[in-house]
Amino acid sequence: MAHETAAKKRSTWWKTALGVVFTALMLFPVYWMVNVSLTQRGDLRQNPPSLFPTDPTLEGYRAVVEQQLPALGVSLLVGLGCVVLTVALAAPAGYAIALLKMRGGRSLNFILLVAQMIPAVVMSMGFYAIYVRLGLLNSLWGLILADSTIAVPFGVLLFTAFMSGIPRELLQAARVDGASAWRTFRSVVMPISRNSAITVSLFAFLWAWSDFIFASTLARNAEFVPVTLSIYAYIGNNTTQWNAIMATAVVASVPAAVLLVFAQRYVAAGVTAGAVKD
Amino acid sequence: MTTTELDAVSTTEDQAPTPRTRRSWQRTIHGSPWTAIAFAAPLVIYLVAFYAYPLMRSVDLSVHDYNIRAFVQGDAEFVGLANYVDVITSDLFQPALWNTFLFVGVSILFQYGIGLALAVFFRNNFRLSGVLRALFLVPWLLPLIVSASTWAWMMNSDSGIVNAFLLAVGMDPINWLTSPDWSLTAVIIANIWLGIPFNLVILYSGLQNIPGDVYEAASLDGAGAWKTFWRITFPLLRPVSAITILLGLVYTLKVVDIIWIMTKGGPANSSLILSVWSYREAFGTGQPAFSPASAIGNLLILIALVFGLIYVRLQSREEH
Repeated sequence: MAHETAAKKRSTWWKTALGVVFTALMLFPVYWMVNVSLTQRGDLRQNPPSLFPTDPTLEGYRAVVEQQLPALGVSLLVGLGCVVLTVALAAPAGYAIALLKMRGGRSLNFILLVAQMIPAVVMSMGFYAIYVRLGLLNSLWGLILADSTIAVPFGVLLFTAFMSGIPRELLQAARVDGASAWRTFRSVVMPISRNSAITVSLFAFLWAWSDFIFASTLARNAEFVPVTLSIYAYIGNNTTQWNAIMATAVVASVPAAVLLVFAQRYVAAGVTAGAVKD
Repeated sequence: MTTTELDAVSTTEDQAPTPRTRRSWQRTIHGSPWTAIAFAAPLVIYLVAFYAYPLMRSVDLSVHDYNIRAFVQGDAEFVGLANYVDVITSDLFQPALWNTFLFVGVSILFQYGIGLALAVFFRNNFRLSGVLRALFLVPWLLPLIVSASTWAWMMNSDSGIVNAFLLAVGMDPINWLTSPDWSLTAVIIANIWLGIPFNLVILYSGLQNIPGDVYEAASLDGAGAWKTFWRITFPLLRPVSAITILLGLVYTLKVVDIIWIMTKGGPANSSLILSVWSYREAFGTGQPAFSPASAIGNLLILIALVFGLIYVRLQSREEH
């Protein structure tokens, strides 16, 4: 018996080691980004490149603080704007489809599935044509509206799936107590759907924060551009300052890191939502 | 999480109340049909204004001859399908279509293969497996510009770590991003890396739904790991696999950022796929050509829709 558990332990130890190797390989580019961001400018062209930041410098990060704060601020605003817009549109719609049994709810779900498949490049041309006339090019609101199209269909599908599982008795009880549909939504349905709201918010933020296509087409000449666009401009302008580019990239990755550390279970829920239904 | 939610859906629908109670139930819970419409109205208005209208505008662009002046004044000449004909008969169409096929096909093949191997590996709950699996999500969560620029620097001909590695193991360095022979391979490698987490997470959750006693029976029959995988895991995972691959197809067809940032579709159009071509025509040069660009984009929608509809069909079959 003791022999068996020892053998078992040894076999899992072996798998853990293998798992660590796989993960290290997978995350090597991320490590490399951090490594380059700490490299002296003079050592960037060194051949072969140094595997470790032996003589680390923060000059790349100094450049971020000096030049990138407005861009980070814009990205933050766009991300938050998208979160508010997405939840405000998706949660009531999910309530209508899942719990109020709206007519045509199934077709609406189908439309949303298809909407997710439209390439952003096509949407961006349509938006460009519209924004030229409305004068919304290079505006914060224009970018928020366009970026929100990435997350809204996902949000509705996720809220609908979750709210469909809310027990009817709860709603009935609220009704008996004289609550209106709005009151039921606000005081019963939304508090129960808190986790779904968090998942939707996280993804709405992350996708808006990461967006490049809409930013590079609708806001390219804006006075303050989001951080994705400012990294892109960096690459185009001074290819000698890769430590500063990578330092900006590291800072731009912070939301993803925060998400992974504090909200991992919501992330996994979001990835599988809508993909596997069985 | 989703699984249990959806189970709940089907059970509530199965236990439909008797007609008499149902009527009163509907009156008390659902309220009038107008209530539901009022809650969904913002979404419907939004979909019309920010999905349907931009799409309509993009179709409109593709059947007119738009230049910058006509763009602002809105008096472009109607040319019917001429833009589509121009695009399809263009010298770039065939190479771009072939590159799209290679980019999507090879990416999916490796993403799925590696994702599945990792999912099976992580199914053995060893120490730290949860943490390591979470770390595998990182590439998927990073902004594409971050991953793309990191890969671009790693694949730099002179100062990149990839070539330093090749030299160290005695191979010749490769001009990953500047050689027409290698640029497509370079962007495919980066794209495979990006897609592994998505495949891993979905296939892993699919594996969780295969009942453990099936494996117990197999091990009692003395089947080895390899045999168990091909006889049990792979066949039982087929529906989830189909969905993963179809979603991967639809998403990979849309990719612009990663290629645009790494190679801009070049050199000499060697890594140009349809979506990047569309982007380049509209926004990538000094002279925006929105009409051909939107024609390419709309062709892309048609291709994506074919796979998309297969996906929707498969998924609704899965639900029943």
